Amino acid sequence: MSGGHSTYKPSTGLERWIDQRMPLPRLIYDSFVAYPVPRNLNYAYTFGGILSIMLVAQILTGVVLAMHYTANTEMAFNSVEKIMRDVNSGWLLRYLHSNGASMFFVAVYIHIFRGLYYGSYKAPRELLWILGCIIYLLMMATGFMGYVLPWGQMSFWGATVITGFFSAIPLVGDWIQQLLLGGFAVDNPTLNRFFSLHYLLPFMIAGVVVLHVWALHVTGQTNPTGIEPKSKTDTVAFTPYATIKDAFAMVLFLLLFAYFVFYLPNYLGHPDNYIEANPLKTPAHIVPEWYYLPFYAILRAITFSIGPIDSKLGGVLAMFGSIAVLFFVPWLDTSKVRSAAYRPWYKLFFWLFAANAIFLGWLGSRPAEGSYVLMAQAATLYYFAFFLVIMPLLGLIETPRKLPNSITEAVLGKTKAGAAAVPEGAAADKNA
Amino acid sequence: MKKILTGLAVLGLVVTGMSATLHAAEEGHSAAEPTHFPIMKPEELSWSFAGPFGTYDKGQLQRGFKIYKEVCSACHSMNLVPFRALEDLGYSEAQVKTIAAEYMVTDGPDDNGDMFERAAIPSDHFPAPFANPQAAAAANGGAAPPDFSLIAKARAVERGFPTFVFDIFTQYAEGGPDYIHALLIGYDEEPPEGMQIPTGTYYNPHFIGGKSLAMAPPLSEGIVTYDDGSPETVDQYASDVAAFLMWAAEPHMEERKKTGFRVMVFLILFAGLVYMTKRKVWADAH
Amino acid sequence: MSAHDTTEPTRRDFLYVATGTAAAVGAGAVAWPFIDQMRPDASTLALASIEVDVSSIEPGMSVTAKWRGKPVFIRNRTPEEIEAAKEVPLSELKDPVARNANLPSDAPATDVDRSAGEGKENWLVMVGVCTHLGCIPLGQQGDFGGWFCPCHGSHYDTAGRVRKGPAPENMAVPTFEFISDTVVRIG
Repeated sequence: MSGGHSTYKPSTGLERWIDQRMPLPRLIYDSFVAYPVPRNLNYAYTFGGILSIMLVAQILTGVVLAMHYTANTEMAFNSVEKIMRDVNSGWLLRYLHSNGASMFFVAVYIHIFRGLYYGSYKAPRELLWILGCIIYLLMMATGFMGYVLPWGQMSFWGATVITGFFSAIPLVGDWIQQLLLGGFAVDNPTLNRFFSLHYLLPFMIAGVVVLHVWALHVTGQTNPTGIEPKSKTDTVAFTPYATIKDAFAMVLFLLLFAYFVFYLPNYLGHPDNYIEANPLKTPAHIVPEWYYLPFYAILRAITFSIGPIDSKLGGVLAMFGSIAVLFFVPWLDTSKVRSAAYRPWYKLFFWLFAANAIFLGWLGSRPAEGSYVLMAQAATLYYFAFFLVIMPLLGLIETPRKLPNSITEAVLGKTKAGAAAVPEGAAADKNA
Repeated sequence: MKKILTGLAVLGLVVTGMSATLHAAEEGHSAAEPTHFPIMKPEELSWSFAGPFGTYDKGQLQRGFKIYKEVCSACHSMNLVPFRALEDLGYSEAQVKTIAAEYMVTDGPDDNGDMFERAAIPSDHFPAPFANPQAAAAANGGAAPPDFSLIAKARAVERGFPTFVFDIFTQYAEGGPDYIHALLIGYDEEPPEGMQIPTGTYYNPHFIGGKSLAMAPPLSEGIVTYDDGSPETVDQYASDVAAFLMWAAEPHMEERKKTGFRVMVFLILFAGLVYMTKRKVWADAH
Repeated sequence: MSAHDTTEPTRRDFLYVATGTAAAVGAGAVAWPFIDQMRPDASTLALASIEVDVSSIEPGMSVTAKWRGKPVFIRNRTPEEIEAAKEVPLSELKDPVARNANLPSDAPATDVDRSAGEGKENWLVMVGVCTHLGCIPLGQQGDFGGWFCPCHGSHYDTAGRVRKGPAPENMAVPTFEFISDTVVRIG
């Protein structure tokens, strides 16, 4: 997978025997041991590893929860409560799974923002970035369908609202919505197919993750300087250097995860989901899980018609557009310099974008009324302007800072300046 | 790293600033015709089960159970809770059996195909006061009294910014019992001048769904007799039954927090070990 | 990376071993809930012991109670049935052991050891599952007036002891006790 020539040397007869028939140990050795990574990767680069253990954790807890869950509208809510009350360690597994979903999204958002900051999407890593966007889309679908399974009030009404998006499509909208629901409203057929797909999609995610890692190992990692490694001194072996650093970051992340699971297991959820679904009674206001809130705010920001597009279709288009635009980022960014560390103006707009995204998330949790709508419209405008105006223009007009000649020079320059005693380049991104 | 932190700090300030202006915008509703509920935020009580080492006060749970049994259970079901779970409250197996036997449950069909009534056993769940939600609604002026199994997790007043951020660090997770307590003592409040209260409902500024609710004040001083000398006041009743309902909704909370402590200690030590190993490994790279 | 083992190799090795051990302990602790969840849950265990009112069972009648997902035959035997069972010499039995969970495991399969004991010999309580391959035998049938398993033709006598056919053991007597004259607790 590493592109370069293999340095794997089978040391025993058995290893040689296997290597000649199916060189799996060689593949693993080349991809996860000898694979060279830039020596100046900081902790923002550890989230890929964190995401893979979160995926495994979600699949494992999900598989055992499925042993106790019943996908039937009459029994789903009670079967989840049976897990919480009667099944041995059931409360733990269920809280791990529900909070694990949130932690998965925490990690993926940091991972995506890291990519945006250091220009990880730029050539030759466009496919790597697009595969990542596909994983993110699959995650959103999986998370949404998983949230429907406990069959609480938010499950039901969230599913009603989200599937309602499709009814906005002209002409065939109602037909598509009925196709998705298996009826005229969210009901038992919907729950059953969501359960089936919720079980399937994580394995599809795992498949795309393999492609994502493959693409990564062809092009190699980016790094905080944005300069490609030039000599051997620019890189270190994946094992033990990157593995042990990833491991440390994982343990820290697990601490955060455990804190929520054991002390605030319902903090990230909504109280209404502890009320069984009632198709005849809508909650006072419906909010999705926190990780969809920014997109929900964009959806509701479109309160006006644009030509033949009414506000409903406009909202849906804006929401899907806000995700679709990510796929085009490699070509929207016209800058010759990759990393934001050397782009003062991009850095400013990037942090504004991050603040704007959080602000949109908060607006998504507010009722859509009064000044909230106006603010959501302004924030939506900035969201799209960042990708469609700032990214292309800034690359053409911004004067970047001087780039170091190599990664090694960047790391050594840091050490000489005596700015940090930390040798591993945790802060090497900010040295220019 | 420093710049990332500065960036985060700036970002935090921006968000704080923006929401502060929003809060001001939100306040503009009149006292007589409020649009946001509850009208009054619940008071935060100090519960024995709050915090990382919190445990249920068994005496309080038993008192709360007595209130549920003698007052609430006339209208509110608790479908998800089996009698056997009452051993958590400090009752012995024999006591639980006696408590269960006070209830009649429907079983069957028998050999003749008929359903029959029998005394409940510990593996049975609390029988519901009404046969179905429709019967419950019909007997209660159209509004079915909600089930109580999860009520302490299904009700919480929104905390608002920035309180919800602080809650992460204070581990505030008692919004349910705080709300239940506030609601039960909230009937004494007088509605503000000019407010119209629909007939058949009772004004309560702590109610989450409107200005008044269909449930009449359920508690009054001395309505339940305590054997352990605790004060027989509405306030005491309210917090006891709220604690009991928290237990009913989250029976494994003590186990969760105990396990959590062990996990956190292990992870912190393990993080230290991995960090030292990482330092040693990376020492070779320079 | 053993190329640089010039400084304090023991301390370094200790650190690596300690970290590895901690990781293994952590992985083991994580594995436990995944195994633990497979065990019977609290609602299942709550029904691990049941109480049956036997006051309405006349001699010659029996009831079938469901216990741990299996049928338990509770039979009020007639004096003739008891007599018939008592007359069988132990040497004629295919399985000479009582298979009674309330008695030592080597107790002989006498009629009294199969029944509820002295004074309650009319009561026979046993798990109604053929010891051959788990089918449920039919009552008051077969060559010995006891039970007959239609699956593979095992015959049991009036004390539930196997007399003929492929079944290897007498039908099992579960742990039970008369908690009053009319109520028997099984399990």
